[in-house]
Amino acid sequence: MALWKPDPTFYPSPRDAISAPPETLAYVAAFDRSADRPDAIAVLDVDPGSTSYGSVVGWTDLPYTGDELHHFGWNACSSALCPYAPHPHVERRYLIVPGLRSSRVYVIDVKDDPLKPSILKVLEPDELAKHAGYSRPHTVHCGPEGLYVSALGGANGEDGPGGIALLDHTSFEVLGRWEVDRGPQYLAYDVWWHIAHDVVVTSEWGTPSMIEDGVNADLLLGRKYGHALHFWDLRKRRHLQRVDLGDEHQMVLELRPAHDPTKTYGFVGVVVSVEDLSASVWVWYREDGEFTARKVITIPAEPAAAEDLPPVIAPFGAVPPLVTDIDLSVDDRFLYVSCWGTGELKRYDVTDPFNPVEAGSVRVGGIVNRTPHPAVPDVPLSGGPQMVEVSRDGKRVYVTNSLYGSWDDQFYPDGVGAWMAKLDSGQEFTFDERFFPHGEDFRGLRPHQTRLQGGDASSDSYCYP
Amino acid sequence: MNDGSLIALVALGAFHGLNPGMGWLFAVARGLQERSRAVVLQSLPAIAAGHAASVFAVAAVVTLTGSVLTSRVVSIGGGVLLVGFGLWRLLSTRHFRWVGMRLTLWQLAGWSFLMSSAHGAGLMLLPVLTHGSVAVHGHSHGLTGGAGSAVTAALFVTGVHTLAMFIVAGTIAVLVYEVVGLAILRRAWFNLDRLWAAALICAGAATLLITA
Repeated sequence: MALWKPDPTFYPSPRDAISAPPETLAYVAAFDRSADRPDAIAVLDVDPGSTSYGSVVGWTDLPYTGDELHHFGWNACSSALCPYAPHPHVERRYLIVPGLRSSRVYVIDVKDDPLKPSILKVLEPDELAKHAGYSRPHTVHCGPEGLYVSALGGANGEDGPGGIALLDHTSFEVLGRWEVDRGPQYLAYDVWWHIAHDVVVTSEWGTPSMIEDGVNADLLLGRKYGHALHFWDLRKRRHLQRVDLGDEHQMVLELRPAHDPTKTYGFVGVVVSVEDLSASVWVWYREDGEFTARKVITIPAEPAAAEDLPPVIAPFGAVPPLVTDIDLSVDDRFLYVSCWGTGELKRYDVTDPFNPVEAGSVRVGGIVNRTPHPAVPDVPLSGGPQMVEVSRDGKRVYVTNSLYGSWDDQFYPDGVGAWMAKLDSGQEFTFDERFFPHGEDFRGLRPHQTRLQGGDASSDSYCYP
Repeated sequence: MNDGSLIALVALGAFHGLNPGMGWLFAVARGLQERSRAVVLQSLPAIAAGHAASVFAVAAVVTLTGSVLTSRVVSIGGGVLLVGFGLWRLLSTRHFRWVGMRLTLWQLAGWSFLMSSAHGAGLMLLPVLTHGSVAVHGHSHGLTGGAGSAVTAALFVTGVHTLAMFIVAGTIAVLVYEVVGLAILRRAWFNLDRLWAAALICAGAATLLITA
């Protein structure tokens, strides 16, 4: 049903979005590694004034098993205000939730009962295969032509290429493959854009055969995982440019373009360098019409005794930081960097994107350290800070601890556990000790990505500065 | 052209100019992107030109058809078409789709033409076109006096309508760019699409009623 006034969660500019009211609910994708029970969307109370603050207050179980929920997004966001095809009277009310392993896509309504979202529609894998030729859907963004869903794999017996499927944003049907000319692009992972410059950016992880059974050491040391960025023409759907970060930089994952639509830079994280096990963050930028990328943050591996390490990394005698997610605050000031291997969440001031300045760090979990959360200081934690989500006002940062089922098992073979933490980000950068749902709070499921009610730092794009 | 028709033409022009989706918002966005009021001002004539082309196409078809068919046939046919189109706009959830912010002024005019056409901007003028049947320039043959005068009439209608649209859109664009700021969108952007659909249906009904 169309609204009379724009959806109140749409903001013309990032400056306006910063003044958005604090979220009171968070939605977290949680999956069952054994695939015996259905995955679920967990609803968390994030209202500090509430008696159930910091606990799971609602569940929506999916009707199938083995989906492996991963990333998800909204049916509509602030891009609906863009001037060339405005449609601001739609509602932000559906979560578009892909199953990374099953290739199903769920449309989940959070409006009628926000504590118990209901499933509106299920797109079966053959819809995605038949219309777009893709499988393993991953990132979802609400954009100008509909919903852009990146997918890691090919379909109909093909391992690749992965790419972007376009979904209608009212019927949620698969419209087709987005790319008209994919150039040299084969590997896929994340997608986002510089919406006011008509530029799409994509990154590279690996095809399903390269990731589904865990990280493959031969492929990794053979430098076969993704190590490049791709830039595309958003209007013409054509590949413009491939920017290679160097094949030692394996797995180029989360893309965080500046929210300011007049800017053409952004950040991307690299999981690991095969030369020294370091992780890195790069900034891409446009100069004289060409995109370039430069490494601006290097996080070194931490030496460790082989007996403290799981078999997958024991030969190296060090813990790789494994930067698996990064997130940029809506005001483009702070970049949060997850080190899932060493168990650290770093905050950088990126006011000057080419010279990030570290502005805080917390430790929790980690392959070797097992740092406890201050709320439960005597319990060593598995897993590390993984998916990071930042509130629109930039004051609250949420992290969850699971990466990807088979990879969790390799790096945390005695169990990755399940926990979610919240940090307060101001002058200081510290844990909120009242917020630590963990263990059985998640009913044995592993929490992955968080979406905040009304939008967050990685859900919306803006057409006005 | 009688006074009532003239007022209706101007009022519809103002209504079209008021709608953010018809172009003033795009002009503001382009200006904000380049931090330049000059860009706002340059964009407006291109948007108005596209709108005018869309309106003229409809006006010319109606007046030329009117020069060979009886005005009664044109009115009834046009009225039915208009009510149908309005109902479709009201009930459909589809919206105009376009991708791309970085346009040349020519592309911007093309965008405006498509946007206006998809919304039936010209169709909304149908009652004026079929019943504003008093002369342009003082002749009393109305809009049905032959191909030459039909084109003249269509040009006149397009000119008056577009001028009103241009003035309103331009005023709002400059005010929003310079003074008010875009946060106003969150409070004041009423769903004009519904009002627009209602206007189309009313225009169609009016055309039919006046004929009957």
